[in-house]
Amino acid sequence: MSREVRPAPPRYRNEIGKYSIYRGPLCANCGRCVEACRHGVHVRPEGYLHVIRPYDYRCIGPECKHAGCFCIDACPQGALKLSINPVSETMGDRRWTPDLLMSTWAMAETGKPPGKHLESEVGDSGGGFDRLRFRFPDSPPPGLRREDISTRLPLNRRGDSRPGITIDVPWYGGGMSFGSTNIRALLGKARVAKAFHGFTSTGEGGYPERFVPYKDHVITQVATGLFGVREETIRRAPIVEFKYAQGAKPGLGGHLLGDKNTPSVAAMRETVVGVPLFSPFPFHSVYSVEDHKKHLDWIAHVNPRALLSAKVSTPIDVDMVAVGIYYAGGHIVHLDGSYGGTGAAPNVAKKNIAMPIEYAIGRVHRFLVDEGIRDQVTVIASGGVRTPADVAKAIALGADGCVIGTAELVALGCIRCTACESGRGCARGIATTDDELLEKIDVEWCTQRLVNLYTAWRQMLVDTLYRLGLDSVAALRGRTDLLTHLDYENEA
Amino acid sequence: MPVKYAIHHTPAKPRFRPIGKLGIVDWREDCSSCHNCVKRSCVYRLYRDEADTLRDEVGYLDYIYQCKGCLSCVQNCTKNILTRVVNPEYRRLGDGYYTPDLVLSTWFQAETGKIPVSGSGYGGPFSGPGFDSMWTDMSEIVRPTRDGIHGREYISTSVDIGRKLSHLAFADGQLKVDPPPLVETPLPVIFDRIPQHWRRGAVMTAVTTAAAEIGTLVVLCEADIRENEASLRGQAIPLLTTPPASAEQPGGSAPFVMIPDGPDVMAEQAALKRDHPARIVAIRIPAVPTVAGRVAELARDGADVIHLVFDSHGMEHGSSQPRHLRDVLRDTHTTLVRQGIRDEVTLIASGGIAAAEHVAKAIICGADLVAIDVPLMLALECRLCGECQHGQPCPIALEEIDPLYGVSRIVNLMAAWHSQLLEMMGAMGIREVRRLRGETGRCMFFEDLERDTFGRLFGKRKS
Repeated sequence: MSREVRPAPPRYRNEIGKYSIYRGPLCANCGRCVEACRHGVHVRPEGYLHVIRPYDYRCIGPECKHAGCFCIDACPQGALKLSINPVSETMGDRRWTPDLLMSTWAMAETGKPPGKHLESEVGDSGGGFDRLRFRFPDSPPPGLRREDISTRLPLNRRGDSRPGITIDVPWYGGGMSFGSTNIRALLGKARVAKAFHGFTSTGEGGYPERFVPYKDHVITQVATGLFGVREETIRRAPIVEFKYAQGAKPGLGGHLLGDKNTPSVAAMRETVVGVPLFSPFPFHSVYSVEDHKKHLDWIAHVNPRALLSAKVSTPIDVDMVAVGIYYAGGHIVHLDGSYGGTGAAPNVAKKNIAMPIEYAIGRVHRFLVDEGIRDQVTVIASGGVRTPADVAKAIALGADGCVIGTAELVALGCIRCTACESGRGCARGIATTDDELLEKIDVEWCTQRLVNLYTAWRQMLVDTLYRLGLDSVAALRGRTDLLTHLDYENEA
Repeated sequence: MPVKYAIHHTPAKPRFRPIGKLGIVDWREDCSSCHNCVKRSCVYRLYRDEADTLRDEVGYLDYIYQCKGCLSCVQNCTKNILTRVVNPEYRRLGDGYYTPDLVLSTWFQAETGKIPVSGSGYGGPFSGPGFDSMWTDMSEIVRPTRDGIHGREYISTSVDIGRKLSHLAFADGQLKVDPPPLVETPLPVIFDRIPQHWRRGAVMTAVTTAAAEIGTLVVLCEADIRENEASLRGQAIPLLTTPPASAEQPGGSAPFVMIPDGPDVMAEQAALKRDHPARIVAIRIPAVPTVAGRVAELARDGADVIHLVFDSHGMEHGSSQPRHLRDVLRDTHTTLVRQGIRDEVTLIASGGIAAAEHVAKAIICGADLVAIDVPLMLALECRLCGECQHGQPCPIALEEIDPLYGVSRIVNLMAAWHSQLLEMMGAMGIREVRRLRGETGRCMFFEDLERDTFGRLFGKRKS
């Protein structure tokens, strides 16, 4: 797979931007706006007399007034009007603000960091990542070059006989089951995983045959439902992930509503079409760390080459759980915080159960350090990681890397309307198994959007490391001294 | 084997067009009528069914309620003349506590009896004041009792109301003391006295009948008792407000009565029990800053049940810096625990219990059960516009409500709350709501997590 950045334009006719440009009937098609604008808002195709409808989602707003390229001023007829797009305020939510959505779309389209007119680092949740900031030194150390900064992350720190897998960027794709999400989106995730020598996870919906070409980059997830889990797929996977809980609905297990259990999904899960599927919680064969160790031993014997991961949510004793995973033989402790994504969950669970990931990372990191085993296990954080800034903050708090999920779906055009659980599923064709809606996206486009997103994220992460004066992402782990919190008195 | 408690619900569609959050606005004069547009491609068929919808009396404004907000229509429109806006009526719903989201969610539950479920992650703030600064706990390995939700075991939501003995005494193998009377409710929720401005038409009949149907209790004032005697079926707790409270008042002969706190309240309680020793008396106290001490005093003096009343937003009365129910309850509960008398008295909390999660959280903070009023009115489609308090006509004609319809809406809401309570208790690994009382080990408080996590990194939090 290629990592080459290519334009991946939005798939809808009218992409949503922060600003709206209205071209009124006074327009004389003189083309001054085309000459003035440096952002591709105004376009007159070669050979045409008329300027076509503005690509206003590319507009960066009134700030170009100072750069002398303001189309509104350039128009001799006064035919152009600039305003805030009223749609933008109806999108998203406190965690995924309109700016975060739009900046993610911009990255997925261009492969570059978004413009400064969009807030691309923090949301409006009022806590956690959104209130943490980095303390950047005045200047990076001389001699440090961006191209020398390493973002690689080793996943096996145990020094055992299993492979020493290293991924190129300190994040990988989270588990989304075949059934909860469109197969084309899932394939896009698998293909970008291959391009970046990373991973994506099957979720607990089985292992589609179309994943086989990317098998070296696909994690097999084993959850209580054991939907579609077979020894063959366990043997195929370089990493096997036990899902004990997911952050969006801790203590409640998985739930695929009946409408999304289509024939292909039912076949994969070896179940009956149209029946709602629950993954009961918890594993009823696990009542102690010793039981957990038996689970991991089972996988370790079935696949002697696999790294073992355990995905847990964030109760108050998450630090003890993490240590238990290590002593049971796990290579990766995957912490999934309470504000993560999900295909369907009771709202009461999404809001109220378990702690945000920002708290859990520090607790686990500290406890593992105190136990003297921190360097023998990889800690991966997820559940509310939306931006490369969040990745960097999670690592500074003590994680080694992150798992992302919602951000990938946003790159594919998700607007977080939160209707993914309903009936046919996602109206935008992402989180659906409906054949008609499936046609809204194709694999190539999904792949390119994700390649672009990953590229932009890597560039932004490298820029953060450069400004911090660090030569690798590994050097950022646990560097809480580089962080400040806007709600505390020693804010820098 | 006993029958598992369940609240059966039946769909009860709204009488009035509900207020939706989003609306699609178009500028028809610019529409090219190209017929290749999103009006046919809306996956929810809202535009596709436009002609049919327009024929009925509800009209096309239904879109505002039904729109799922996927934006496909806006983004596919040929001439880019569609836009989406937030419905201004939605913004005006409720208030800062009963937010528009919460009102809509309550309406949904009252209509369907189902738990609100959605995809994608939580979109709200990181934390908030009051109950929003608590997260309930769970554990991966040993605690959860998810089976309780799916029927292989029970999760009990019943509570006993009344005074309990601190210990049992035996003589010659026989119980030497008489256990005090108790009332059991299958749900840790009773219905509080409904404020005057809502007591119109058949509202109280609907409330009392719904209470009877789900087996819970309802606090009634004298007028309500006279009007609804037939529908009470033993579910009423008469609030005897005429001092001194006496058995001669309407409802005064009921087996469970409530009286307001006062200097002679224990004497009144004794008088009410004199003729009928098995009667349970609840003492209703406004939650003021000194309430913990007062509750302890009453508990020591032999009170059966104490009902702490907070304002409608869950804040204590009579303070320039009022505390939230969360903190007052913890204070009160802890005071009683320290004095070794917590188990002897039942604590009811009311005011600010606006959602199912608040029931669980109030109990974690120390209540035995809660009492509600505003959510019942929301179930009847109230918009909290406050017009009725100013003598204006009610926009949803509450006074004309069919009592049977009202019952189904309230029962549906309680069914949804019950299911959500089970979800939360299942995740916490709690099999009995009695065991959840004061169990702060099953939750995490914002300030504790901040102190332990960020406080050690960043010092003192700004006030």
